Amino acid sequence: MTKEGASHGAESTGPPLVVEKRSLLRRAGGMVLRWREASILLAGVILAAYFQSTNPAFLSISNIENLIDYTATTSIIAAGEVMVLVCGELDLSAGMVYALSPFIMHFAMTAGLPAIVAIIVSLVAAGFVGLVNGAVTTLLSVPAFVTTLGTMFLINGLTLTISGGFPVQPNAAAAIAATFGGDPWARLAWSLVIAIVLQFVLNRTRFGLHTIATGGNLVAAREVGIKVRSIKVRNFALCSALGGFAGVIDAFRIGSIDPLAGGSEITFAAIAAAVIGGTLLTGGSGTLIGAFIGALVLGILKDGFTLLGVSAFTFDMILGAAILATMTVNVHLTQWRERGET
Amino acid sequence: MPASLGPEVLRTEHVEKSFGRIAALKDVNLRLHRGEVLGLLGDNGAGKSTLMKILTGYYQPSAGQLYFEGTPIHFRSVSHARSLGIETVYQDLALVDQLSVYRNMFLQREPVFGGAFGILDERQMRRQAIEMLERMQVRVPSVDVDIAKLSGGQRQAVAIARAVYQKAKVLLLDEPTAAMGAKESALILDLIQRLKEGGDIAMIIIAHNYAQIFDVCDRINLVEAGVIAFDKRTSETSVQELTDTVVREYRSARELVHRQQQ
Repeated sequence: MTKEGASHGAESTGPPLVVEKRSLLRRAGGMVLRWREASILLAGVILAAYFQSTNPAFLSISNIENLIDYTATTSIIAAGEVMVLVCGELDLSAGMVYALSPFIMHFAMTAGLPAIVAIIVSLVAAGFVGLVNGAVTTLLSVPAFVTTLGTMFLINGLTLTISGGFPVQPNAAAAIAATFGGDPWARLAWSLVIAIVLQFVLNRTRFGLHTIATGGNLVAAREVGIKVRSIKVRNFALCSALGGFAGVIDAFRIGSIDPLAGGSEITFAAIAAAVIGGTLLTGGSGTLIGAFIGALVLGILKDGFTLLGVSAFTFDMILGAAILATMTVNVHLTQWRERGET
Repeated sequence: MPASLGPEVLRTEHVEKSFGRIAALKDVNLRLHRGEVLGLLGDNGAGKSTLMKILTGYYQPSAGQLYFEGTPIHFRSVSHARSLGIETVYQDLALVDQLSVYRNMFLQREPVFGGAFGILDERQMRRQAIEMLERMQVRVPSVDVDIAKLSGGQRQAVAIARAVYQKAKVLLLDEPTAAMGAKESALILDLIQRLKEGGDIAMIIIAHNYAQIFDVCDRINLVEAGVIAFDKRTSETSVQELTDTVVREYRSARELVHRQQQ
């Protein structure tokens, strides 16, 4: 990477510019620091080691399945939030779409559609909510916070209305139920595949590049001709569809579709996972793998404290403090990283 | 400076532009030739930026005619003008801090392999970005660093290189050395000089600091009250004459204000 810079310098006749000269040690250190997910991964490993030392059952297969329960669906919604955050927006409604979409699936199945088609219909309906979020935000210039706050209440009300407030049972063939969330390892696989595929999309495709550009510098993105509205709408739709998919997965996991499931709690857990993982709320920068690890760390905290017998009330305080501590460290690490590199 | 001028690339004939009852441009006759560097000076509100926006297709003139390479033209939009080879480097540079140098250079014109999302051909982008910068002797620490890590001069140079690479025939530079130290400015002026020696591209430099850009320009146009009040080749004028003109214009403007107040 430094080679071109050096050769440029050698050929030139003008005043010398900054040419990178860094020691091997600093470069190695820099690589660890540059890898944004490193700090959150380290925190996860330390927490896991601590809980394992206090309770040897922590890393048992059955508890790892518990950890997956805590992590998988949150991380799927977090993946959607990362995309929306990177393009410079925010989605508060994803957790409500999470509750709505399994009902759509249920109604589609009751109407006689095959399970797979019903799942697709529910995802399309979920994506449509995102389309509305995106259209209102970009075309009517309403801040995404307000738009999605509105749809958050709206979708919640809609779910309660169409369900009559009562839970229903999803009926699908055993294989489909297992694939779409009944089996814990299938849940883990979905969440990992989604994180990895979207990481690729964000970093290696035109759409991802334009998403970063839109969130990083809206004016510049518009000036070079990127269709910033379309980019935002598509990310909102993607986020909602992922929220809906997470809802479908949890419906098959729990074996019941609850109109009161998810809600703003899972939305904020997902946003927290994204932010803890290294995604900026200011746009232009984010990591899907980091969000997955962020959701895992939240899962480890929740599961570990449950094993320790910490009450749910204390747990929220500890969680809050943990988010504050992680974020403070992260912010300063980022500043340090930037100073170190110039 | 070329002894004989190249063919004309851009011309405005009796161009006027009004906003409601305010006439921003009254009768502008501007000419630009291939390989020529034109310094466009003028006070704030003189009509300089309105003229620039007409040349880039952002505004359409209220009256008058534009000519591009000798034929009458009507720029429908910025992208229309850009498709004909009129590139602008705005003061904000339109660079994205979070993206690397080479990704910025190809923003919105990325080579892709295909696929629904368009998988980027990173290798080609990198290689062409390095080639391009090398050819223009623009030096950056590496094409892989984020734009945020570059100095103001380097950023400006990258933005100019990007515009030139779009096969620009006319390059408009809006205050290319504003808010820049002497060393950084020299870097940019050197780059402009090299582009000029290439001979293919015509440039319009919009600037306040005419002393700084004087040497690199072939001709100076001074916009005053909606018309080009001064048009001379730099070989036939001097920084001193320009200063005198600007001061004279300033005095007459002040007298006008005084009279209006009385």
